[in-house]
Amino acid sequence: MTDFPRWKYGLVLVVLLFGILYALPNVFRPQAAVQIQGSSSNPITPALQRQVVQVLRKAGTPDLESTRSGDKLLLRFSNTDTQLKAYTALRDGLGDRYVVALNLASTVPGWLRAIGANAMPLGLDLQGGVHFLLQVDAKSVLDQQMQRYLDDVRDSLRAKHIDYDSLNRRGGTISVVLKTAAARDAARTLIARNDSALQLANGASGNGRYVLDATLGAAELTKIENSIITQNLTTMRNRVNALGVSEPVIQQQGATRIVVELPGVQDTAQAKRILGATATLEFHPVDQSADIEQILKTGIVSPEDRLYRMRDGRPLVLKKKVIASGDEMVNASSGFDPQSGQPTVNVELDSAAAARMFDFTTRNVGKNMAIVYIERIPEVKQVDGKEVHTSKTKEQVISDATVQGVFSKNFQITGLTQTEAQNLALLLKSGSLAAPMNIVEERVIGPSLGQLNIEKGLLSVLLGLGLVLVAAAIYYKLFGLVADIALVFNLVLLVAVLSLFQATLTMPGIAGIVLTLGMAIDANVLICERVREELRNGSTPLASIRAGYEKAWATILDANVTHLLAAFGLMTFGSGSIRGFAITLAVGILTSMFTSVTVTHAITALIHGGRKLKTLSV
Amino acid sequence: MEIFNPHSNIHFLNLRRYSIAVALVLFIGSIALLVTRGLNYGLDFTGGVLVEVSYAQPVDAGTVRETLARAGYPHALVQGLGGTREFSIRLQPRGAADVRALNQQQGAADQVAAQVIRVLKAARPDATLKRTDFVGPQVGSELRNNGVVAVIFVIIGIMIYLWARFEKRFAVAALVTEVHDTIITLGFYALTQRDFDLTVLASVLAVVGYSINDKVVVFDRVRELFRSARRADSEDVLNRAINSTLSRTIITSLFTGIAMAVLFFFGGPAVHGFAITMLIGIVVGTLSSIFIASPLLLWMGVSKKDLMPVTKENPELARRP
Repeated sequence: MTDFPRWKYGLVLVVLLFGILYALPNVFRPQAAVQIQGSSSNPITPALQRQVVQVLRKAGTPDLESTRSGDKLLLRFSNTDTQLKAYTALRDGLGDRYVVALNLASTVPGWLRAIGANAMPLGLDLQGGVHFLLQVDAKSVLDQQMQRYLDDVRDSLRAKHIDYDSLNRRGGTISVVLKTAAARDAARTLIARNDSALQLANGASGNGRYVLDATLGAAELTKIENSIITQNLTTMRNRVNALGVSEPVIQQQGATRIVVELPGVQDTAQAKRILGATATLEFHPVDQSADIEQILKTGIVSPEDRLYRMRDGRPLVLKKKVIASGDEMVNASSGFDPQSGQPTVNVELDSAAAARMFDFTTRNVGKNMAIVYIERIPEVKQVDGKEVHTSKTKEQVISDATVQGVFSKNFQITGLTQTEAQNLALLLKSGSLAAPMNIVEERVIGPSLGQLNIEKGLLSVLLGLGLVLVAAAIYYKLFGLVADIALVFNLVLLVAVLSLFQATLTMPGIAGIVLTLGMAIDANVLICERVREELRNGSTPLASIRAGYEKAWATILDANVTHLLAAFGLMTFGSGSIRGFAITLAVGILTSMFTSVTVTHAITALIHGGRKLKTLSV
Repeated sequence: MEIFNPHSNIHFLNLRRYSIAVALVLFIGSIALLVTRGLNYGLDFTGGVLVEVSYAQPVDAGTVRETLARAGYPHALVQGLGGTREFSIRLQPRGAADVRALNQQQGAADQVAAQVIRVLKAARPDATLKRTDFVGPQVGSELRNNGVVAVIFVIIGIMIYLWARFEKRFAVAALVTEVHDTIITLGFYALTQRDFDLTVLASVLAVVGYSINDKVVVFDRVRELFRSARRADSEDVLNRAINSTLSRTIITSLFTGIAMAVLFFFGGPAVHGFAITMLIGIVVGTLSSIFIASPLLLWMGVSKKDLMPVTKENPELARRP
């Protein structure tokens, strides 16, 4: 026999089978579908399914198949026209209790999906949609955090009757000015015990002024910053889920940015409202002792208070102290009050805020508590020719209600219209944002462009492949044909590996595939040229094949390793589409090393092994 | 089929004075172009707004330009996308004053796209939006810096590998030719003022990868010939290495070139820049493999003893009979 070991034939067969299996799902084109998403309060019931059938019958757009999984109902349609009509009919027909969204349903057979074989997800440039890059503004959260520590410090000093001259915050530093050194020591021990996250240092002393500075440690700061971005990511995910978009991409990019890609969405305004607006709530005690008219006239507000406006413009003085804020909210949902029938938002707090709420309501039954709705609207301004991203903060008191009883964890907010309650609940349900975000990049790709790109991409891959196949077959005859088989195999394997990783296919990715096809043949060129050389030097055909593969291998390895280095370099500075290209290139180099060398060697050994050869067709 | 005479022995190294001179001229010319004209950075790097529209009926680019100028966008760049029905409209800040003007007129940059569409639809109802891009300027400048870092990182990584696998002179020769290929490819973009966007940057890095691939094959043969030759005259060995890899160098370039040409003609505007960069890179990379890399090795004085396997220097082994 030949010098090609038998186990390698097995390996080639196994890899070939793997390649075909995992590349296969990409042949099945996804089907137009509409997804109806329910919730725990509005589950998908048989009654709803009957209603859906009725709505569809009335619209004249019957579905091909409907499948239910948990809270989701997926309706498949024969084409995008009926899908769109059915979508409009369902959205109007089912009301806003359910999220109705356009979707693409996989048509990959179940047995393929069972082994984890799925089609490659398509990038936005291939299917249309919107892309946002959001910048997370962590500073405002840190500010908020420091304000809360300031309140904590004030409360604990007062509780222990430690007299202080002043207490204020400048940036990330809280300064307490005490009257005596003994008081400072007492305060220091107290704060260290109550707020261990704060780092304390004695400041200037003397003349009856003893300063104590408290700052957040570096470790604590990184911890907060990390938790901010994670919380924002989670929030984004929930908000996007509320939009009902199929297969959205929500990823962290760099330290402070989040990428959001919504395939199929064309209405950026709606998407932006949901993503861009950061609504949060703050619960403040109302200062009923303040003289509003006096404050309006002089503009002087007590340092502990702040002047707010109600939605109708009525002024209201609230204490600056925050009882609870939006990020301490565990859940929020809209509903109706069983007694009054009024729309409400049901709020659930976490334990820390619940304790504060309990504390406050115990001492203040009959007094008023206000809820401030804070909305941040991102803005872009020009300062000295540079774009500066700021955000306009809109603060409104949305409710000024009397505390009816003692409560802590669960309570209701009333005084909203039904739409307001629903909107507020939608934004709050997903967890209020930890930090505001600005849109720094936005791309919209129309669906027709996506379709066109797919067609052009597919044509380029097939035509590129075809021409290289023909050229190789002409130039290297039988060896060329063997290389051609390997090249087709390489394409299958490349697609299989990319599908297995669920790498997103983009236009640059397709360019990478075409480039890989062109370059993968290089290894075969090296081998064929070597074999020719050996033949010219007078070696026997079989010896030429052996020497050709042996000598070419060192070169192929060196060439591919250096090429791989370049691909990794591309990967490290990963903006979405470029990463796609780099990953394709890297995977392509690896698969081509296997197909161009091992696979062709196996086939060549099969053809020429065990025969007496006079010449080689190369 | 064979195109190349397998026994060819063209004396490439005799041409080294001329080839290096031509390379130097191209290299310096490219740098001069990059300094004087600079690259025409695309939206990805400068920030700004891009709108692509398509019309049901053919329309003249001038008309589109006029419509936009009347609506207060005199600096809008209108380009046809292969035909008279599809256009890309770019509003790119070209200096601080432009940014101010653009924004004072129309508010935030991301609203400009919506405004442009409204204006065009008002003039011609058959206009439909294909896509819009809005990129904030700080994102762009970050990308540009990352790109430069990536190119340097890649070239240094390759150098280290070649240093370890071959010898330091090979690493230096590879570095010089890599820089040469990259700069000339960039020089083409400076000369033609074609859009330099993120995909083109990616393809420049792909050119680095392709070109090093090419050089390594020649270097490999140089090493092999030095090791096997009994009496190795450097110039002769280098020349033989080029000649014996010549047909492979050109055939591979041809095959890759075919694939890239297909991408250029059929891939559509999204990958146009990519294909062009690759085609140029392939030509420049192939020529520098043949005409520049080896003369550099010769000048740096590569010789047989530099390339003998390391084990020979191992005294343990040398003592053995």
